[in-house]
Amino acid sequence: MNTNAKQRRKERIDRGIKIRTDGLYALMSWREMAYLIAPRFVLIAGLLLLPQVMPGMYWVRVMSIVCIYAMLAISFDFLAHYIGLVSLGGAFFVGTGGYLTAILNTSLGMNPLVAIVCATLLGGMFCTLVLLPCLPLRGVYFAIVTLMYPLFLARVIEALDILGGTDGILGIDSFPNAFLEQYWVIVVLILFLFGIRRLANTDLGLVFRAVKDNDQAVRASGINITHYKALAVFIASSVGCMAGACLVHIYMWAGISTFALDFSVLPIAATVIGGSGTLVGPVIGCLILVPVSELLRDFGTLRIVFYSLILLGFIVFRSEGLMIYGQRKYEQFERWTTI
Amino acid sequence: MEIFVYGTINSVALALYALGFALVYGISRLPNFAHGALYVLSGFITWSALNSFGIPYLISIALSVLITGVIGALIYQFFLIRVRGMEISEIIASYAIALAILEGLRWGGFKGMTYTLPAFVEGSTTVFGVSVDYQRLLVVVIGAILVAALWLFTRYTRVGLALRGMAQDERAALMLGIDSDFMAVVAMGIGSMLAAFAAILLLPLGNIVVESGYNVLILAIAVCIVGGIGSWVGAVLAAFLIGYAQILTVVFLGSHYQMMVALLAIILTLILKPSGLFGQQKELEERV
Repeated sequence: MNTNAKQRRKERIDRGIKIRTDGLYALMSWREMAYLIAPRFVLIAGLLLLPQVMPGMYWVRVMSIVCIYAMLAISFDFLAHYIGLVSLGGAFFVGTGGYLTAILNTSLGMNPLVAIVCATLLGGMFCTLVLLPCLPLRGVYFAIVTLMYPLFLARVIEALDILGGTDGILGIDSFPNAFLEQYWVIVVLILFLFGIRRLANTDLGLVFRAVKDNDQAVRASGINITHYKALAVFIASSVGCMAGACLVHIYMWAGISTFALDFSVLPIAATVIGGSGTLVGPVIGCLILVPVSELLRDFGTLRIVFYSLILLGFIVFRSEGLMIYGQRKYEQFERWTTI
Repeated sequence: MEIFVYGTINSVALALYALGFALVYGISRLPNFAHGALYVLSGFITWSALNSFGIPYLISIALSVLITGVIGALIYQFFLIRVRGMEISEIIASYAIALAILEGLRWGGFKGMTYTLPAFVEGSTTVFGVSVDYQRLLVVVIGAILVAALWLFTRYTRVGLALRGMAQDERAALMLGIDSDFMAVVAMGIGSMLAAFAAILLLPLGNIVVESGYNVLILAIAVCIVGGIGSWVGAVLAAFLIGYAQILTVVFLGSHYQMMVALLAIILTLILKPSGLFGQQKELEERV
């Protein structure tokens, strides 16, 4: 390299409109307000409109699956990047939620929607309870234990022939009508997405992020870390259980396949591709990955190879993800300067 | 007596699963979630060398151990080294590698009961009045030899000492001129070779199936957690503890419950003594 030539570097500066919209001045003009609202509006309107523009029932169903995976991805992203707990077992949440709602619906005859809500809360409590032993520890324990539970529960159900054994639980009611089936998952997804974003900006969210960044400092402030970690796990696992419960009512069947690896891997891949720690990124990642994986359905387990390679490539070489890239382009401009 | 003999064999098998994982974690602090995948991969490499290329058994074993070691080292050199020290990324990246290998093998048609490796020595004998086939005895003998060799290697060779130095204090090791990145690659290579050794010793006892990749990983991790992550002595002791516990559950409760032992062992350890049996030095680091 020629050292005499003037070296250049890229400089990134916030756009004026970004600065102006940071505070109360956002209310200054329609343009500023539009700048703030546009991305959110596109996302919400897009999610709500997508089932209408999908060609045929099959793709409407795929849309529901996208939302279910997106909930799982949000739950992963929240746990990993706001609390610092890496969960490798999205399938555990799906399975718990799915089986619970199946039991509530078939044995107690609950209305599907009531069963889903109950399964979400009960499932969140159950998952938190069984994950509690590894919460007082840092390091890889949480990842390991969450990896183990789905494999383990699937085997227990298979071996002991409980909960329907390998056949699964049949005869679960579907949603009352097709409209509700399409929109329930979408609305719930949007509520969770914006709810968790809001939560992350409250004092509670501040404590969560502090636990991730420096747990000793949090402890020194007289805050019980395990308590907050348990709360975060409850929130995330409830989101995961909601996804599982919706899935079971869409397919009208709960079986061992709710513990399948897809539910653990795809959300992680979607989060990494979409942008870790943004919460919206995972949803975008799912919007890209799930349809692709539907198209690849014929290849069987090659799909998992495909996601894991994408995941590996992104996490090792491009760890920022689409959303952070997009956000940077939206909020900043770049220019070359000589140094 | 049966419990004693089969318990010992099972324990040595567990120790073999765990050695490679414990080594890599102890040295470069990388939770190698691809450990089980490398185990299965080396089994399939041996099988292909033996059956597709017709290479003699011993040579294919040597080849498979070498190839697995090189694959492990390359994985580290090209992928994992870039996320070194970033815990979340390390876990996700190594897990992604594991999935890519295992599900790739499954897609490649390696499934079902057709893939078996021949035993080294056919036949069986009686030990303490219990009939045991030679392969299981060999597992115990070679397992013991491997543990001893590893112990000697880490105490009496330059590379081994460098590895231990890195495990104890990476900054101090760097000051003494130990290339910590290279040593991490070496550690991963050796860890993968240990996985391959375990595969070659233990796979002749059953079929080569992709699912065993996940089981091996879980058992290896269970052993490491119970023994205290990063402690090899602890790992070997924990292997015996879990090994006997598993055999006892199989005898008294039935084989369905065997997998539960590993999970219960992890949960109990985390509740009662989170640093494991022999993890005193890391106790403060891991407990919040």
